[in-house]
Amino acid sequence: MTAMKTCAALTGLMTLSLGSLATPVLAQDDTIKVGILHSLSGTMAISETTLKDTMLFLIEQQNADGGLLGKQIEPVVVDIASDWPLAAEKARELLTVNEVDAVFGCWTSVCRKSVLPVFEELNGLLFYPVQYEGEESQRNVFYTGASPNQQAIPAVDYLMNEEGVERWVLAGTDYVYPQTTNKILEQYLLDKGVASEDIMINYTPFGHSDWQTIVSDIKTFGSTGKKTAVVSTINGDANVPFYRELGNQGIMAEDIPVVAFSVGEEELSGFDTTPLVGHLAAWNYFMSVDTPENEEFIAAWHEFIGSEDRVTNDPMEAHYIGFNLWVKAVEAAGSTEADAVIDAIVGLETPNLTGGTAKMLPNHHITKPVLIGEIQDDGQFDVVWETEELVPGDAWSDFLPESAVLEADWTAPINCGNYNTQTKACGGVAAAQ
Amino acid sequence: MMSDLIGTIMERSAARRWLAAAMALLVAVFAFGSPSLAQVSDAELTQRIDALAPGSYADRAGAVGALVASGDPRVVGVLQVLAEGDLLVVEETGKVVYVERSGKDFALTDPLTGESLGSVPRGDVEKVRVNNSLRRTLRTAIGQLTLLSEDRGTRLAAAQSILRDADPANLQLLDESLAAEIDPAIKRTMELARAVITLKSGSDVEQIRSAAETVAHSGSRDAASILSAAMGTVPDELRADIQASIDGLARDRAVWDALQNVWFGVSLGSVLLLAAIGLAITFGVMGVINMAHGEMVMLGAYTTFAVQETIRQNAPGLFDYSLAIALPLAFLLTALVGVAIERGVIRWLYGRALETLLATWGLSLILQQTVRSIFGPTNRQVGNPSWMSGSFEFYGLAITWSRLWIVVFALAVFVALLLVLNRTALGLQMRAVTQNRRMASAMGIRTPLVDAMTFGLGSGIAGLAGVALSQIDNVSPNLGQGYIIDSFMVVVFGGVGNLWGTLVGAMTLGIANKFLEPYAGAVLGKILILVLIILFIQRRPRGLFALKGRAVE
Repeated sequence: MTAMKTCAALTGLMTLSLGSLATPVLAQDDTIKVGILHSLSGTMAISETTLKDTMLFLIEQQNADGGLLGKQIEPVVVDIASDWPLAAEKARELLTVNEVDAVFGCWTSVCRKSVLPVFEELNGLLFYPVQYEGEESQRNVFYTGASPNQQAIPAVDYLMNEEGVERWVLAGTDYVYPQTTNKILEQYLLDKGVASEDIMINYTPFGHSDWQTIVSDIKTFGSTGKKTAVVSTINGDANVPFYRELGNQGIMAEDIPVVAFSVGEEELSGFDTTPLVGHLAAWNYFMSVDTPENEEFIAAWHEFIGSEDRVTNDPMEAHYIGFNLWVKAVEAAGSTEADAVIDAIVGLETPNLTGGTAKMLPNHHITKPVLIGEIQDDGQFDVVWETEELVPGDAWSDFLPESAVLEADWTAPINCGNYNTQTKACGGVAAAQ
Repeated sequence: MMSDLIGTIMERSAARRWLAAAMALLVAVFAFGSPSLAQVSDAELTQRIDALAPGSYADRAGAVGALVASGDPRVVGVLQVLAEGDLLVVEETGKVVYVERSGKDFALTDPLTGESLGSVPRGDVEKVRVNNSLRRTLRTAIGQLTLLSEDRGTRLAAAQSILRDADPANLQLLDESLAAEIDPAIKRTMELARAVITLKSGSDVEQIRSAAETVAHSGSRDAASILSAAMGTVPDELRADIQASIDGLARDRAVWDALQNVWFGVSLGSVLLLAAIGLAITFGVMGVINMAHGEMVMLGAYTTFAVQETIRQNAPGLFDYSLAIALPLAFLLTALVGVAIERGVIRWLYGRALETLLATWGLSLILQQTVRSIFGPTNRQVGNPSWMSGSFEFYGLAITWSRLWIVVFALAVFVALLLVLNRTALGLQMRAVTQNRRMASAMGIRTPLVDAMTFGLGSGIAGLAGVALSQIDNVSPNLGQGYIIDSFMVVVFGGVGNLWGTLVGAMTLGIANKFLEPYAGAVLGKILILVLIILFIQRRPRGLFALKGRAVE
């Protein structure tokens, strides 16, 4: 037994040090296996490596508390190397070769879309921890990040009501999440009576680094006397040069605030935030939130990772919630079998880190508070506004005419991800015709 | 509610009036104020300062108003510290304090009297929080309080913040300070602020007309938008005139916008030039398809990070020189790595382009993952020295310092490289080996050594580029990947083996990109550039400046 433990510990160490290699599978019947499907190399490693560590941390804690169903949980780490076809292959490997009981992973929507068919075909479980564009609900996927109504819409409301913003720049990276989010936001703003000439939409490629023209355009767009704000769905690496250019061209948060949906503590730890003080981000969790649960989580995380400098962020909280919900569902079902867990998990609740409760809804999204934070000079966010109630995640946006009629409900009797409330049938918009 | 609001406004504007008078008196060194300007007692003032901490942001804005109303000059300092987010409050007593870090504890001082209040553990004090709207309130308040300051810079900043807000309540204050102002630049700013306020809220037609003229002739970048914003409220008989000035300004603006675009293009071009110029040596001169070139740039950027980190920990005073220190180190490090790559891998693969490509591609992945293992996958913080931050206006152009220095640096590197190639023995040997390897070898040149040196030089220059790019881009393991394609495009477009071609190629691509971007968008713009280059290469396979003669074959 001791030898086995040492072996497992060694395996863990190897996983940590080699990173990009899959953990060799040991034939152990007394463990429950959990797959961790994140990029540990390539472009997305910048964000996803921390999530892999978070999962190892959560699993270690659970094991220290006695494991699950009397068994230890064994993490199986694979590296999808920011390569989406590889993600699908690795997902298949996790489910068929390693026979894991649940998978936690993916960051981008394109990764999720790539692995979806695999999870459907093999009836696996995927917990997806990042905010996304909505317009999706699958039986095998649990969306623990925010949908647009839990992040984008409240942020726009805040700017409109509290800051009196009348002119809008929707700036994003050119891929599915920003485009869908901006489509929803544009429709929402038009519905609110914003004139279409007061909305400027701009897309840039991944990793865009020359922001001179765009920032100068934003400056011109914002100098008409009407209060202007930028809603940024700019992803990952492109943010640092964007904010630098804003600072260099003298755009202050007091004049043209930028509210970002993809910039968190982890991204800010990469640079000096003094010129950014006052710019905003909308999330469902901030490291600075002052609750006993959060304090405990941060302390335990620092101890696990061995550094006081490491920050926590929103997708980490999403994994925390997702993992705890899965544990509860397995305990409730008395089994790790996918169908039993899918049936048991809906309606379960677990405390989140901001003092509220995350509840798994029938559409496989969860309830979350929405927080708006202002960037501080220490790279943290100061919460300036939050929703009074928890917001239930909405799979299909109510602001797009074609999806307003759709609902997702994975409980009997509906049991489908795109139920058309008008035709009373599954099958999405096609069913309406 | 409404009457409350009006009450506050009246109270505040009244306060401002006598506040301005009080400040004028102070400046004129009148020791005794008139009886109506009785100062608020220190105890009362301390109470008002303590009122900054509790309650909501709106309560805090009210407390700022009360402080401004006290008219005490010491308030300015408190408000500035608050605006910077450095004002703290002792949780237990609710006392607002200045704080200096001393070891694990915080040393407290009284914001008003400056006397020491002992020290407390870090956990016992909390920041007085500021949000954007409070920051705006503070900016205006500080502007009002310092418009009559003795320091020129402070006065100018005050005038600019009054101009930004253009609040009609400041009109009287502006008139008084205009009368006392002697500095022409500050006077212009104040006059402009006065004109903008008159345009917004004036009632006299003649006054509005002259205000519109002042704005139109101010040369401000925002003049046209100020005028168009005013179009809705001005009297009808002035509309035609103002529209004419707007049109005139728009015509001027179009010219400046084009020039601004050229500048953006030159600045993008200089970044491309920096990234590509090392490749112009390794690919252009030696013919090695070096896919690991981007990683050399990345290593240069990480060297800057390491240098800055060392300086931060050991000698923070040297921070402004960090880039100067990083430059030679980055050059040496990447040059050594380059020589090692050439000796270890590439020299076995000369003449086998495809295999070189694959081998260097593999090397680039190895280098990326190595850096990721050592420094972690997240971005590393590289700061801008003070002389590379901010921007200035040059006539109608807005120029940021970091971009200006990068343009200068890129040209300096270009000239230096040109001198090395044309005026040194190594340069001569390099050109000889490039043009005819066998003949050069027959003439006694040690071609393997020259190969290693050339590759080292190209890599070293990529390292220099990394130092510069760390100032405008992310320092992450992926840094190099973003530049490798662009670098190859520049070299192929400019003409392989010709440095001038690289310069012209980089600038052309930069400027073309910036002129396409406003019309086609950043994504389509890049695609169009790629298509244009492909078409161009069809016409001229050897690029803009092709090497002529038999030697190249």
